[in-house]
Amino acid sequence: MQDFMDTLDLAFRLVLSGDRDLAEIVLLSMRVNCLAVLIACAIGLPSGALLAVLRFPGRTALVVLVNALMGLPPVVVGLLLYMLLSRGGPLGVMELLYTPWAMIIAQVILVTPIVTALSRQSISELHNEYDEQLRSLDLRTYQVIGTLLWDCRYNLLTVALAGFGRAVAEVGAVLIVGGNINHVTRIMTTTISLETSKGNLELALALGIILLSISLLVNLGVISLRATAARSAYA
Amino acid sequence: MTARGMLLLALAVSGLAVPSHAPGADSFLLLQSTTSTKNSGLLDHILPAFTESSGIKVRVVAVGSGQALKNARNGDGDVLLVHSQEDELEFVAAGWGLKRHAVMYNDFVLVGPDADPIVGGDLRIEAALRRIAETHTPFISRGDESGTHKKEMQLWRAAGLAPRETDGSWYREIGSGMGAALNTAVAMNAYILSDRGTWISFRNKRDFRILVQDKDDSLRDQDNSLLFNQYSAILVNPERHPHTRLPEGQAFIRWLTGPRGQALIADYRIQGQQLFFPNAKPDAAE
Amino acid sequence: MPETPPPSLFPLRVRELVFRANGRCLIDHISMVLEEGPRTLILGPNGAGKSLLLRLLHGLVQPTSGELRWGECAPAPPARDRQAMVFQRPILLRRSAVANLRHALRHRGLRGAPLRCRAAGWLERAELSEYTHHPARQLSVGEQQRLALARALSCLPDILFLDEPTANLDPISTLKIERLILQAHAEGTAIIMVTHDLGQARRLGEQILFLHRGRLEEQGPGKLFFKKPASARAHEFLAGGLIL
Repeated sequence: MQDFMDTLDLAFRLVLSGDRDLAEIVLLSMRVNCLAVLIACAIGLPSGALLAVLRFPGRTALVVLVNALMGLPPVVVGLLLYMLLSRGGPLGVMELLYTPWAMIIAQVILVTPIVTALSRQSISELHNEYDEQLRSLDLRTYQVIGTLLWDCRYNLLTVALAGFGRAVAEVGAVLIVGGNINHVTRIMTTTISLETSKGNLELALALGIILLSISLLVNLGVISLRATAARSAYA
Repeated sequence: MTARGMLLLALAVSGLAVPSHAPGADSFLLLQSTTSTKNSGLLDHILPAFTESSGIKVRVVAVGSGQALKNARNGDGDVLLVHSQEDELEFVAAGWGLKRHAVMYNDFVLVGPDADPIVGGDLRIEAALRRIAETHTPFISRGDESGTHKKEMQLWRAAGLAPRETDGSWYREIGSGMGAALNTAVAMNAYILSDRGTWISFRNKRDFRILVQDKDDSLRDQDNSLLFNQYSAILVNPERHPHTRLPEGQAFIRWLTGPRGQALIADYRIQGQQLFFPNAKPDAAE
Repeated sequence: MPETPPPSLFPLRVRELVFRANGRCLIDHISMVLEEGPRTLILGPNGAGKSLLLRLLHGLVQPTSGELRWGECAPAPPARDRQAMVFQRPILLRRSAVANLRHALRHRGLRGAPLRCRAAGWLERAELSEYTHHPARQLSVGEQQRLALARALSCLPDILFLDEPTANLDPISTLKIERLILQAHAEGTAIIMVTHDLGQARRLGEQILFLHRGRLEEQGPGKLFFKKPASARAHEFLAGGLIL
């Protein structure tokens, strides 16, 4: 218990000291995570909606596949992406390896199935309810999807949060394709991993507490956004 | 919450979101390094001086020596800083690297609990390993093809043992980096082979200490010391990988093996202990 | 307006319409002709296939076999976007009252001021102006159904299908709904409506379709049907008996 209080104390002192390296790491983490989640949503939300709305052969198989991809092991994603982005690999000329973009791509791969699967679930329920009305209005598929996405928006915020949770906690993939290069690709989780391997357990835990706090803040923000929505009660 | 609210949120997030580190924005080189040089803090100590004098930033990817050599073979690095002699020689012989430059050395040490009943006294490393095997005392092996792991294998052979083939839960390969392996050893009260640099800078020692090491005089005589640990720098061959940053890499190796780099290496200490001993040959700077 | 009005959707010719599901014949060879003009009410006991017939006519459900032809000209004019439907349980979007109207109108190609004007106008007619920015799904059931009706009518459909729109409503709400239906009919919208409220059928029905077990038992003017139904089953139904 004493150890834990010391760690908490260290975390507080770290934050209060306004350490520039720490600020840089936190900022880069947020940039990478937020951008990855945004891109994953841009891909995953329409895909989830399409899976919820369209009926085509192989649809069930695809849904099962997407659900399974939610459990993609980050290290496997990291290795596959490393082989793709390596200078010896097919996409080597793009010079993306060991850059923040490589980390973003890795997280997009990890987060997109989550966003797709969860949004499909959510949108599918709404679609069951709206289906006859929307067909009566004679909407085209893209209009149906637009309507459903919009009316589902507060549920989809929670979906995005789930994706954010995965991105924020992930270390295996970004460590491999980012390289944990100081000032370039060092983010919260890779720093925690580095400090752990240096035996700096208190510092690693303190960083973990900071990461947890940031994640908490983001969640609080989104939840309060939802609460505002519930007050105006469109939900 | 309206459409405008959602839009503002998205803009706010994406505004903060464009990573600014485009590759090639300024002069840098990619150093594939073994973990010990990085985790011990050595690189943080010496690299700023190089960047200041040359204007070249060094991006360090720290992995095990085996992985570093593989990454470099794929073209994902300009310079290697590793400690795995046989692999390095093979790397250069196969034409992936230009030349192997000695940079510095230290030694491997056997680490274990302070209240050690097994290998105490003045045992040499082979004898100590035999005692561990005989008593089935827990031993942690990196098991990851790193330089340290290869050295450990070599030591078991020298002791006339093959612990991977004995059935015994006392010998545990964990397939992790040096730091993770040390954490595991400390937690399990197990013995482990470490490079001296990582051990000195390791912060979670608890009651562990160095139990077996070379005598100072035998360390100088590298051919006769089993525990000798040589670090070398290798420039990736631009004929194999044309995108190799040749001028930057050459400048870095010249600096590292030159008087300034060597002095800084000798200068690096933790709690008064020197971690690495420069031993570049004077002719290395060509 | 220089545009010529689109060709009429009437008469509607239905030939040998069949709908099967799970081996059961739910709509059993219905043939009929519906002319423009009279308000048409579909009557019949529960399970007769009233709602299903309505959905087949609207095109929400595809028939197993048979033919449905709107209007005289060939090829038949596109029908769906000139029709609208109100369901027994109103399906409203999770938006404000006015946003529900705007959503429908936008998909009918309206934009800007005309769209806002039309939406506000129909809220007014449905006596919902005070709830303009109120979340639609928090309105009372009666208000929700009026909103659904206003949304359907705001699209100015040629034909309005109604599936027991007042089944769960109190008399005042029912009256308001019926008034809106009568107004729309007076303005030229064809009405095809399912009900099992005989009083409502008497009030609104100018033409009656009587269904039993997926078959069209009887089609005729409302006055005649209620005074002197042709089929024994319709007689039984009007007398309040259980028809098996």
